[in-house]
Amino acid sequence: MRALKAILVASAMLPATYAGAADLEVTHWWTSGGEAAAVKELAKAFDATGNKWIDGAIAGSGGTARPIMISRITGGDPMGATQFNHGRQAEELAQSGLMRDLTAVAEKEKWKDIIKPASLLDSCTINGKIYCAPVNIHSWQWLWLSNAAFKTAGVAVPKNWNEFVAAAPALEKAGIIPLAIGGQPWQSTGAFNVLMIAISGKDVFQKVFADKDAKVAAGPEIAKVFKAADDARRMSKGSNVQDWNQATNMVITGKAGGQIMGDWAQGEFALANQKAGVDYTCLPGLGVNEVISTDGDAFYFPLLKDAEKSKAQEVLASTIVSPGVQVAFNLKKGSLPIRGDIDLAAANDCMKKGLEILAKGNVVRSTNQLMSADSQKQLEDLFSEFFAKPAMTPDAAQKRFAEIIAAAD
Amino acid sequence: MANISTLNTTAAGLDAVSGRLGSGPSGARPRKVLSQRNIILYGLLIVAALYYLLPLYVMIVTSMKGMPEIRLGNIFSPPMEITFEPWAKAWASACTGLNCDGLSRGFWNSVRILVPSVVVSIAVASVSGYALANWRFKGSDVFFSILIVGAFIPYQVMIYPIVILLRELGIYGTLTGLIIVHTIFGMPILTLLFRNYFTSLPEELFKAARIDGAGFWQIFLRIMLPMSLPIFVVAMILQVTGIWNDFLFGVVFTRPDSYPMTVQLNNIVNSVQGVKEYNVNMAATLLTGAVPLIVYFVSGRLFVRGIAAGAVKG
Amino acid sequence: MSTRATASAQPGIGAGSGSSSSSGSRAATRRPNQLFRNLNSKIASIPMILVAVCVFLGGTLWTVVYSFTNSKLLPRSSFVGLDQYYRLWDAPRWVISIQNLAIYGVLSLIFSLAIGFLLAALMDQKIRFENTFRTIFLYPFALSFIVTGLVWQWILNPEYGVQSIVRSLGWSTFTFDPLYDSSIVIYGVLIAGLWQGTGLVMCLMLAGLRGIDEDIWKASRVDGIPMWRTYLFIVIPMMRPVFITTLVIIASGIVKVYDLVVAQTSGGPGIASEVPAKYVYDYMFQAQNLGQGFAASTMMLLTVAIIVVPWAYLEFGGKKRG
Repeated sequence: MRALKAILVASAMLPATYAGAADLEVTHWWTSGGEAAAVKELAKAFDATGNKWIDGAIAGSGGTARPIMISRITGGDPMGATQFNHGRQAEELAQSGLMRDLTAVAEKEKWKDIIKPASLLDSCTINGKIYCAPVNIHSWQWLWLSNAAFKTAGVAVPKNWNEFVAAAPALEKAGIIPLAIGGQPWQSTGAFNVLMIAISGKDVFQKVFADKDAKVAAGPEIAKVFKAADDARRMSKGSNVQDWNQATNMVITGKAGGQIMGDWAQGEFALANQKAGVDYTCLPGLGVNEVISTDGDAFYFPLLKDAEKSKAQEVLASTIVSPGVQVAFNLKKGSLPIRGDIDLAAANDCMKKGLEILAKGNVVRSTNQLMSADSQKQLEDLFSEFFAKPAMTPDAAQKRFAEIIAAAD
Repeated sequence: MANISTLNTTAAGLDAVSGRLGSGPSGARPRKVLSQRNIILYGLLIVAALYYLLPLYVMIVTSMKGMPEIRLGNIFSPPMEITFEPWAKAWASACTGLNCDGLSRGFWNSVRILVPSVVVSIAVASVSGYALANWRFKGSDVFFSILIVGAFIPYQVMIYPIVILLRELGIYGTLTGLIIVHTIFGMPILTLLFRNYFTSLPEELFKAARIDGAGFWQIFLRIMLPMSLPIFVVAMILQVTGIWNDFLFGVVFTRPDSYPMTVQLNNIVNSVQGVKEYNVNMAATLLTGAVPLIVYFVSGRLFVRGIAAGAVKG
Repeated sequence: MSTRATASAQPGIGAGSGSSSSSGSRAATRRPNQLFRNLNSKIASIPMILVAVCVFLGGTLWTVVYSFTNSKLLPRSSFVGLDQYYRLWDAPRWVISIQNLAIYGVLSLIFSLAIGFLLAALMDQKIRFENTFRTIFLYPFALSFIVTGLVWQWILNPEYGVQSIVRSLGWSTFTFDPLYDSSIVIYGVLIAGLWQGTGLVMCLMLAGLRGIDEDIWKASRVDGIPMWRTYLFIVIPMMRPVFITTLVIIASGIVKVYDLVVAQTSGGPGIASEVPAKYVYDYMFQAQNLGQGFAASTMMLLTVAIIVVPWAYLEFGGKKRG
């Protein structure tokens, strides 16, 4: 009875803009504290259109969730919308006609003009049609430092990677692990890629991952990166955690000096009530080379038979891109908005640094956009082995790296 | 499910039929109470029991501590202040994504998946085992051998073919589909057990029924079934455990609104919000394991009896 | 239903019965309409046949066929010969997975059989509190591998678990962190695996021991044969069927080991505790390279087939054993 009443009240309150409201199941892997808060913003905005967001969170990072999503889509029982990372994860699903073409919505709302950088929309475009709505930009190239840890060790907070490496012995002496790296393979791989941009620069990164130039991958520039990775490996010894946010937590609590992690780590600092500049320091591009990548997430919409749901999918797509949602979502998530025409005055210092770099156009496309999932998985296998096995020399690792790049697609 | 007291009386009555199957220990006889032998015997058993109990102890103790106490670091020390908050949180308010209702939402989904899956898989496997044991036909052993080899195929390998199969049948994402999947993967071991059990039953009974003119189904329903309680208990226990604990099929072959409890468990355990809340994780773990654990505690005795019947005779 | 049953009962009493089926099939060859003989049994076996043929056999063949393609996210019939297999055996992770499975498999088989049998033998000494002990040994089997992995991950965690306890007792150099040491991590997984699985083995063995005739014990006591010899040379050989059932259950569990590793170590540190089933899953779904995943599963199936098929044929096919 009460439920019925609630429904009646709710429907009376809604502006009668929408005749065909529908429930839309949305799957994603945003389950950490800051992430869940951000999803709530999305859901709230979508519910306000008269439709209903049915939350289908699957915990345990994309690696756990994606297989389930893909099985559902190929099995013919798709959800209403699903998160994927920017890039090629849904490429084949779209090619085989399993996904909804959003070109009409995109043209109506002029996504081409508002979405910045343009590479985001490019990743959504397959055979000239747009298949996804980008929701945020995340960048990997950040070094998060615990001010408290350096105070304990009695050294100044480093301003770049080299100073950080130099400060490592002092940290160790104070019983602090210099660099926290979690055990999940994507974390060590990400750290390596970040080191590559910081040390060898944007061009080398492009040559290796975009052009798949095996000669560069085997060359002296990348050898320097492996040398740095070797340092990172030594500095991370003893960080016995799995999840990225457990590693972030080590930085928050001052048990570790720093962490190379994407800007999503910010959400964890915010949740722990820490202030950028006071409690922690963020160095984009490791303080060496201020370039950020355009990783992040986009929503894809499987092709549904139900006309009302299809309509709701288009509503969700335009909700995601709308300015209000972009602000609310990205502030909670700690990510950057996908459009350049909105004002993030409430952003904190680190986000502002990111926005500046973005505005200057110092961006590279993410490895998710450049490489197939298969090649990335091979790299993950390599780097998780390298970071866990001190016996593996940088030379040997580089040789395998070059082989994987040579065969990559 | 039949109620337990009936099970027990039926089982007791069965002893008369199956003779030594359910009989007591048959090893060397014990002598004095405090003999050297007894000290070694019980000493070994107690040491082993401690090893098996340790994790349970850790789980229970941890689930009743607060997070500050857990950070002190001794996982074996009993809680200084007992709290049931982690249990309440795990059951009713732990979050994944937007849903903050803990394990509770998954419990009834699990039951809804469990009951029909257990019933159907056991029904199918028992009939197959019966046919293999008593009504062999040309080729039946070949199919059975394939089935046994099938027991060794990792589930992950079969996901794709099964997705395609269910899609073609048009039942992907439905409860029917999931029941079929559980039936398929429970079949090899269950059929093996039932086949062995029915083979072990006295052949004279079967022959006598044939002389009386009873057929396939009649013999199965009137003669075999009433004698098969122990093996049904074993099959039930194995299936309840397997299906209740299943995560992979539950998450791949259903939708979020009917995810089983293990999916919520995974979500709670894997969505770290800041610090890992070990106490909530442990409470969630125990809550999820409660159903099979209760089944074990209640029917453990029948389990050995049934296994004795199903596995011993080849 | 009963009229049909009487009709099919005609060919001869006990013809369909397990113990005398050879005579049954000989009788059958004389009958013209073989398909309808034993019809009810065939109808009843349809689900089993469908599962065996369509799912296990069909699925396997499908997997093998597509392992020769370069299918990515979706199966495609663009054949590339043995490429996927070359790549598979070039991948260090696959080689480590195989090694781990071999170590885990052999040790797990030996220890579960040995511990299971030992516990069962102890339980069979007319002990008191048998029910309690049995429940204690068996309860871990009720818990999922996810739970098992989680608990042991914690007990073996150097900061909280056994290591820190021993250190706090004063032995400050004590090191026991199998989950964070690449060279011994697979033994950490083994400890958890055994904890979960030996209870069932114990039950199977106990059941087998209960099936041994009391007279055997009496006779061996009269002859003055020591107990351990009676077990080793008389009782164990008599328990062959139990060992076979146990072997099928343990071995099929070993080949499939996946959840335990995922929950306990996620294959780490690095790739030190990877197993084949995880390789298959990761490459099929995370790397979106079905071809590679299928090639890996084909190798697994091939290994299983080489070991299991001849044995299954001898055990269940061919001649009928009493």
